[in-house]
Amino acid sequence: MKTVEEIKAAIEAAVPGAGVEIVMNPSVSGQHSLRLAPSCAIDVAKFLRDDAELALDFLSNVTGIDWPDKEITEKVKVTRPVSKTVEGVEKTVEEVVEETRKRLEPGCLEAVYHLYSVAKKFGPVVLRMRTIDRTDQVELPSLTPIWRSAEFQEREVFDLYGIVFTGHPDLRRLLMWDAFKDHPMRRDYREPDDFEYEPTAHDDVLKRAQEHQTPTGQPGSGAGQ
Amino acid sequence: MSESQSHSATVAERPEGWNRPVLIQPSGDGELLEVAMGPHHPSTHGVFRMDVALDGERVIRLKPVFGYLHRNHEKIAEGISYLGSMPYTDRLDYICPITNNWAYALAVEKLTGQEVPERAEYLRVILGELTRFQNHASSIGFLIQEMGASGTPLMYAFREREKILDLFEKLTGARMMVNYMRFGGCRVDASPAWLDATRKVVAGLPQFVDEFDRLLSSNEILMARTQGVGVLKADLAVNAGVTGPMLRASGVNYDIRKVDGYGIYNRFNFRVPLGDHGDVYDRFMIRLLEMRESITILTQALKDIPSGPIMDPKARLRGFRPKPGEAYGRIEAPKGELGFYLISDGGPNPYRYRIRPPSLINLTVLEDMCLGHDVADVVLIFGSVDIVLGEVDR
Amino acid sequence: MVDEGLKIELGKQGIFVTTIEELYNWGRRNSVWPMQFGLACCAIEMIATTMARYDLARFGAEVFRPSPRQADLMIVSGTVTKKMAPQVVRLYNQMAEPRYVIAMGACAISGGPFKQGYNVLKGIDRYIPVDVHIPGCPPRPEALLQAFMTLQKKIDGQPLTGEDRPRHLNSEAQGVFPVPVQGEHDLEPTSNPGVWPVPVVIRS
Repeated sequence: MKTVEEIKAAIEAAVPGAGVEIVMNPSVSGQHSLRLAPSCAIDVAKFLRDDAELALDFLSNVTGIDWPDKEITEKVKVTRPVSKTVEGVEKTVEEVVEETRKRLEPGCLEAVYHLYSVAKKFGPVVLRMRTIDRTDQVELPSLTPIWRSAEFQEREVFDLYGIVFTGHPDLRRLLMWDAFKDHPMRRDYREPDDFEYEPTAHDDVLKRAQEHQTPTGQPGSGAGQ
Repeated sequence: MSESQSHSATVAERPEGWNRPVLIQPSGDGELLEVAMGPHHPSTHGVFRMDVALDGERVIRLKPVFGYLHRNHEKIAEGISYLGSMPYTDRLDYICPITNNWAYALAVEKLTGQEVPERAEYLRVILGELTRFQNHASSIGFLIQEMGASGTPLMYAFREREKILDLFEKLTGARMMVNYMRFGGCRVDASPAWLDATRKVVAGLPQFVDEFDRLLSSNEILMARTQGVGVLKADLAVNAGVTGPMLRASGVNYDIRKVDGYGIYNRFNFRVPLGDHGDVYDRFMIRLLEMRESITILTQALKDIPSGPIMDPKARLRGFRPKPGEAYGRIEAPKGELGFYLISDGGPNPYRYRIRPPSLINLTVLEDMCLGHDVADVVLIFGSVDIVLGEVDR
Repeated sequence: MVDEGLKIELGKQGIFVTTIEELYNWGRRNSVWPMQFGLACCAIEMIATTMARYDLARFGAEVFRPSPRQADLMIVSGTVTKKMAPQVVRLYNQMAEPRYVIAMGACAISGGPFKQGYNVLKGIDRYIPVDVHIPGCPPRPEALLQAFMTLQKKIDGQPLTGEDRPRHLNSEAQGVFPVPVQGEHDLEPTSNPGVWPVPVVIRS
């Protein structure tokens, strides 16, 4: 049974220059993960599969996750020149002032791989890889040449999230039709408006349903006309 | 065991592309006939399409097309609470709703660290093994029907399934979509009358398996059509993520009930049948043998079931907000390894809810198994993978 | 019209009195052949209905035809997704008149539990006319049997001439329903206005 630290040490010993860091999992399950830099992912994956001690020959699950852009409001202490009157004389003094700043932390897309070992019967070993951002730099290396079970699952992550896996033998949409343009599982996806009468509508559904309703007393044309 | 060691020891020395399908050259230079098998197709597995390119009768290329039953379960689950997703898990693999519920409950219990009382564990095992029994019987029935035996083995299998569904209905109130498991136990307790009825049903099951066995195992047509067809080698099976009876038919000794030992499975004495050749006949025999092992587990569980509570007394169903973190929980469902990966951000709804579908991943090697065979064998090979579209597309 | 009592008396003597309409509809309703069209979980209950316990064959549905050209009834059992919807409408167009549709289960009626899905068609009656709806998730086999009997009653009540005559006797009735196209974000059109009038909700 290997712990995450031992696996990280083994990877760094075998693949020099590998960017591996441990991501602790605060829940009780104790399934901590290893975040890989995308450039070294294929070499690390080959090592994990072919190593005699680890023998992680079974890729169980590939998941896509969407971390949207977050707007963070924080209070920052800065030194600013402020003009004050000191003993009747106007002077500019450096003072420490607290101001609230808003910044946009860019989001990204993430792919998570769960590995098991059928030969040694242990697991799971969790690998993670993050893209640079959510809009145009969404490539990650595909692990399909190493574990065949990633073939359909990476296609599904491409379909629903938009992560482009370079090196995948056949990257097309899996679940949605080919002409479909959006990536539905993303957090900012807005569903098409199929009007349906909703008896207990609230929040977003209520706003959309109200657009289809006619005002008081006037029998009007229905939706979409 | 030497079997499980040998397949991975030589993988490192393989050339690049060893795990890709071995393409066949068509004979002559005529055009290939492209046939779309599905989504509306007489084989009863649901809405699934395979684009096959044929050279005469031989399959040169096969590409599966999914998504005809994509019901957006994962997206819906991000908008409702953890417990609200439980009825949706029933509809995943709709022939075995109990094991889907169990996998989800197990994943959430891994996330929160809840404990399940003993009686609940025994009830889970009893219902789970009954589900496995009727799933394997139905699967064999559908396979034989696709072979042309229009309906008789399926009728026998559904006769037993109706007896088991009657038990489910007595206990949970529904025949199919039972919604029975809760995080930390079960929903409804079983009365002594129900346990007696179950014992009676289980006592009648060995006779049914013997009848099925006598009818099918040495049937000439079955053996001629399935032996040597759709062979899957062990190393490709492991690399492609295949699990369940399909993996064990290829000779790999990996049953999650023995490996992970979830629940109380390490208390029961049962064997894991393994196949030698990895063809369709082996998969059929493995399912038949696993039905017998299920009966063994059931008799043991029904004998030892203790009395006690069926829910963790510290469990809170209202206002259930697990602490932030993630967990991956998996069970040996009748189709393979069914896993749930949950990420919690401390709110009442999961942040990410992912289902690892055994049927979809078992289909990764469908092309490999079918290339070179006749188109009539494609239906059999596909039937032996035993998929359910609700799970493939979610 | 012959009096009922007289009919029974004559029947005891071996003379049967009927109308062409009754005879025509009696023949049609006792041999409705469904098409094998199971989509999702309701399909398993439909298969259970055809099995030995809840035998559907005794109602006349002797064989389930795989080809739409040979079938009279399409039991839409299960969720219709937007990816599958064009195929369902095409199959319906290929069935020969007289043809009937049973929407089995909550998903076929209105999208069911998956109504919020982006890929789920909120009811098959948006594109094709449905004759019987069966609520339930999944409906019991007995419910499917009752729906079958309701359909048989409906066929019994179809007159041969006049306004309410069925489509196969009406040369102006629409036979081919337009097939939706899978667009970039959704199906185009989202519904067929001739079949499904968009509900108007008047807020007060």
